[in-house]
Amino acid sequence: MSAEQQERAVRCLVAKVGLDGHDRGAHVIARAFRDAGFEVVYSGLHRAPEDIVQAAVQEDVDVLGISILSGAHNTLIPKVIEGLKEYDAFDDTLVLVGGIIPDEDEADLKEQGVAEVFGPGTPMEETIEFIRNNVPERA
Amino acid sequence: MAGPDEPAFADAPTLSDDDAALVEDLLSGSHRALARVITKIENRTPGYRAIVSALHEHTGGADVIGITGSPGAGKSTLVDKLAAAYRDRGDTVGVIAVDPSSPYTGGAVLGDRIRMGSNVGDMDVFFRSMSARGQLGGLSTATADAVKALDAFGKDVVVLETVGAGQNEVDVVRTADTVAVLVQPGSGDDVQTLKAGILEIGDVFVVNKADMDGAQRTVAELEEMVHRREGGTTGRGAGHHGAASMASTGRGDSAAGHGDGHHDGDHAGGSEHGESDAHGAGDSDAHGAGNSDESWTPDVLETVANSGEGVAALIEAFDAHAAYLRESGEIETTQRRRYAAEIRTLVRADVGALATAEIERRGGIERLAERVRDRETDPYAVAEAIVGPIADCVDEAGDGDRDD
Repeated sequence: MSAEQQERAVRCLVAKVGLDGHDRGAHVIARAFRDAGFEVVYSGLHRAPEDIVQAAVQEDVDVLGISILSGAHNTLIPKVIEGLKEYDAFDDTLVLVGGIIPDEDEADLKEQGVAEVFGPGTPMEETIEFIRNNVPERA
Repeated sequence: MAGPDEPAFADAPTLSDDDAALVEDLLSGSHRALARVITKIENRTPGYRAIVSALHEHTGGADVIGITGSPGAGKSTLVDKLAAAYRDRGDTVGVIAVDPSSPYTGGAVLGDRIRMGSNVGDMDVFFRSMSARGQLGGLSTATADAVKALDAFGKDVVVLETVGAGQNEVDVVRTADTVAVLVQPGSGDDVQTLKAGILEIGDVFVVNKADMDGAQRTVAELEEMVHRREGGTTGRGAGHHGAASMASTGRGDSAAGHGDGHHDGDHAGGSEHGESDAHGAGDSDAHGAGNSDESWTPDVLETVANSGEGVAALIEAFDAHAAYLRESGEIETTQRRRYAAEIRTLVRADVGALATAEIERRGGIERLAERVRDRETDPYAVAEAIVGPIADCVDEAGDGDRDD
């Protein structure tokens, strides 16, 4: 017997992966997410895919947003997704990618399990709306 | 009104099958399950109580260390280095880092993880960020429960990190066995603010960024304060009103209600520890006073978290404090006090929830407030009307004979 209120919050990991030192975008996103009422964990720069996986699993995030501007997405993102699967965390994590992704790669990434790719100029509201509508239901 | 039909201790909350499997997975070492359990604790997902209940018997193996201090004092960086040092000697580590959340949107940027550079890729350091989420007084319950999850998982050391900003945060670190208060040099005012509540909770004081100007002075100030605290209290006297009264009466509402406001007032007096003079700072003074071998005098240590300097000595001090707690039997007192506080918090929260539900049934707090504003009624009368039925139920249960 407990009339206790649930306090659910959307948890996001904003991640920078690989040799890409540009994190202004990631900062702006992190801040916008915070203002949208999400709890945001920022990975810091230059993380290896396995670091991102570790953070996503331990923090039990609903959303993993990977910012990547270096062009190495075809190498790095599959590794992250593999890692999530290894820890049984892929099915209920919404994986998003932001940054410079050529159209022809976008389809591939989605094939592999990325839910959406957000390119330059995407309005912040659009990303936030997407998360609100697609955040995985959890028990 | 939901009356207490069952006797108080008859039933632990029952686990659903899914949750039982989750507990099983956690105990067998699944990181995913551990992470998910902490999420449920944080969200207060229905059923989380049964999970924590089931984990309780598996806890007690970890040394729980609380680290607090003002923003920018270097807590996260120090925690990172501490975790790495514990790992070097073979211990597994859990970290709970608490960050504030916006009171307006509920959102938060949990930044402590960025500092965990020494431990990325090491799954045996389980680092979890938690936000303060407006949980009224419930934050310390949530963090204490998360610590239990890490403890039950089998972590040797659990570090609880929080900004030492207010009572909420103080309540959080007080759930630890050993509390380190971090101070940065040259913060004379900082040391001043420490006096109000935070000073009393420190088992170890750490002047971080000790390579900065003013470090020696800050060390000296802290030494003096630790000293004054020794002189100010009368030996182990303050220990009474904490756990002692709880243990003896079992009711302890009033006496212990105060007692738990002061973590370890019984630090005063001498100490058998002389080995923690990492930098020789004021050791003779701090440790020379008195000759009771039963009490703990806080150490004042210096660290440079960025380079890891002084971290080994800090761990020694933590170990010494843990050993002191065990050898003096103080750990039992501390634990009783902690569980007493936990029980009280839970009971208050639950009774509060009953009252909130009752307020809703009577048209909501807004409407009640409006009626008070219109001079139709007054706050005392409203409170009486809401709590009255709950009190009646308690009386009934106590008397055993119903006479309403």
